[in-house]
Amino acid sequence: MLKIKNLQVSLNKKMILDKIDLSVDSGTTHVLMGQNGAGKSTLAQSIMGNPNYTVKGELSFDKQDLLELDPQKRAALGIFLSFQQILEIPGVKIYDYLRLLQKKSHDKKLTPLKFKAFLKERMELLSFNESFLTRSLNHGFSGGEKKKLEILQMLVIEPKLIILDEIDSGLDIDAIQAVARAVNFMKQTKGSSVLVITHYSRILSYLNIDRVHLLSKGQLITSGGQDLVEQIEKQGFSQVLAGNQ
Amino acid sequence: MKQASLKKLNDSYEEKFGFAMPEKSVLSFDFGLSPQIISQISDSKNEPTWMREFRLRSLEVFQSKPMPPWGPDLSEIDFEQIRYFIKDTDIESKSWDDVPAEIKETFDRLGVPQAEREFLAGVKAQYNSEVAYSSLQAELDEQGVIFCSMEEALQKHGELFKKYFATLIPSADNKFAALNSAAWSGGSFVYIPPNTHVKRPLQSYFRINAARMGQFERTLIIADEGSSAHYVEGCTAPVYSEYSLHAAVVEVFVLPKARFRYTTIQNWSGNIYNLVTKRAKVMRDAVMEWVDGNLGAKTTMKYPSCYLVEEGAYGEMLSIAYAKNSQIQDTGAKMLHLAPNTSSKIVAKSVSIAGGTSNYRGLVYIAKVAKNSKSKVECDALILDEKSSTSTYPDMKISGDNAMVEHEASVSEIEEEKLFYLMSRGLDKAEAMTLLVAGFIEPIVKELPLEYAVELNRLIELEMEGSVG
Repeated sequence: MLKIKNLQVSLNKKMILDKIDLSVDSGTTHVLMGQNGAGKSTLAQSIMGNPNYTVKGELSFDKQDLLELDPQKRAALGIFLSFQQILEIPGVKIYDYLRLLQKKSHDKKLTPLKFKAFLKERMELLSFNESFLTRSLNHGFSGGEKKKLEILQMLVIEPKLIILDEIDSGLDIDAIQAVARAVNFMKQTKGSSVLVITHYSRILSYLNIDRVHLLSKGQLITSGGQDLVEQIEKQGFSQVLAGNQ
Repeated sequence: MKQASLKKLNDSYEEKFGFAMPEKSVLSFDFGLSPQIISQISDSKNEPTWMREFRLRSLEVFQSKPMPPWGPDLSEIDFEQIRYFIKDTDIESKSWDDVPAEIKETFDRLGVPQAEREFLAGVKAQYNSEVAYSSLQAELDEQGVIFCSMEEALQKHGELFKKYFATLIPSADNKFAALNSAAWSGGSFVYIPPNTHVKRPLQSYFRINAARMGQFERTLIIADEGSSAHYVEGCTAPVYSEYSLHAAVVEVFVLPKARFRYTTIQNWSGNIYNLVTKRAKVMRDAVMEWVDGNLGAKTTMKYPSCYLVEEGAYGEMLSIAYAKNSQIQDTGAKMLHLAPNTSSKIVAKSVSIAGGTSNYRGLVYIAKVAKNSKSKVECDALILDEKSSTSTYPDMKISGDNAMVEHEASVSEIEEEKLFYLMSRGLDKAEAMTLLVAGFIEPIVKELPLEYAVELNRLIELEMEGSVG
């Protein structure tokens, strides 16, 4: 469903990604690993349509060319990105915001009561404190709370493709488990595909992984299965990369 | 593209708000201002001699005063082309049933929410120059609260009226205060007895419904010792082809240990000059709060002030200005610390869009006697496009010892990264902008009565839909 072919991405005329080929089939879970500065977040932002990046090549979702579409249209197709850098939006009440997201992402409207029940169930999945709902979006939240709020938005939108950009950094083990629970819930109930971007293997032990890709200096070096994660975990990025030169 | 959609917005605004009911005036006077017209106004209201003389003296002051040499351009105002008094109904209605159908229709077409209509039992609705609707609430009567038109107060509570009227804002204060003093008509009189707490907000509607009509309401409020109350005025006016002038005067007296809040939402149509003088005198340990939202009008000049005249007095101003198209919102506040241990706070937020101009103009004055006084000023401006502009004119005059004065100002634009974040969640650009703008003004909006907050957010939604192409 997500198809990337010979993708080239630059920022301020500086090339960041080159010759990227990647396909994520319906219902599968892919992992993108790599060191800091490899270009992982750039790929995620490019898929979502961040206007700062210049993108060439082929990028499509469900056979629709994404390069022509603004971020809103990409979201409407069912793509969701959990951000690494999460911006604070003061004055926007989380409850009202989530209700708006639900309305925008679903044809079927929920009555206020039904929405409340729907939200309660999703919050329980994340062990998310209900008192957060009256606060402003990400405003004054800790790093971990912001990450969980990203996942709560995902649970409300119910996307077809979930891209998690370093969702696990700054999370304690309970929070990582809660996030994994939420992602698995989406996979089971909606058959969502997942692209996990991470440095660490910890969150991967809670998810069923189909494919792992290693990115370095803007290029995909190698792909593999669960064993590639284990190799990286054991040897570190440098040694694995050296072995693939 | 942007221009076209803005025009569409204006058209729909005209359709929605820009109707004028047929005029059915009992009395109307010729255009322009003269001692004869002023006398006629006074006669028609059966006023005591002192008021007639006050009006005539004020007319002389008005004619001798120059236009303000600073601030927005007012040269387009032609005082001879204004009709100074129109009386819409000759009696004040006592119940909702008595309110003329036309006026009810005005409320209907403005979409005044049901919750507010229920409130109307305690509301004064100003239609043209006089209070058209008045139902004294049993609750208020029981508490001894006086909430009536200025005309009625002058007749029935003459001594109280005279003791305070024009003592805080004399005719000579400024040209428009002088004009109001000469030609005033309508407005509310409020008296809260000592240690009386009015729970429900006292609400008042102001409407303008006649072309070339100047509207000069006069409001006088006295919150006696240890009392508390909240007064709310909101306006939505029909649209005209000619320029109209609105020059109100509001005087508030907050006696020792009293607490008073005065909330205004101004949404005059785009052809109106809104030049208002608002002032509060705040006594020992008393609290005065102005909450002021300026959305409409062609040009607004309004700087509500607090004269903190006794120890422990506190003054606060929370304001939002929203300037679109060629609108000029020139607003701010003045805090005058005239006694020791007084404190004040000003929070002013503005949004400028599609060529609008919003200026903050304020004064913090700490007199030599006002030792240990504190003031905090915060101005935040949000500019949504290159055609719009904002300026800040903060004035500080500090001579009291041990004064603490803080001033913070910021100008920001909508951040592209935030827009991208919200759009990536499936919101279109207008929705994302609406959230960001609503979030920016939320600290003020949350201080408004719920129905006003809802209306304001709805208005911003409409504006964003129209201006994001």
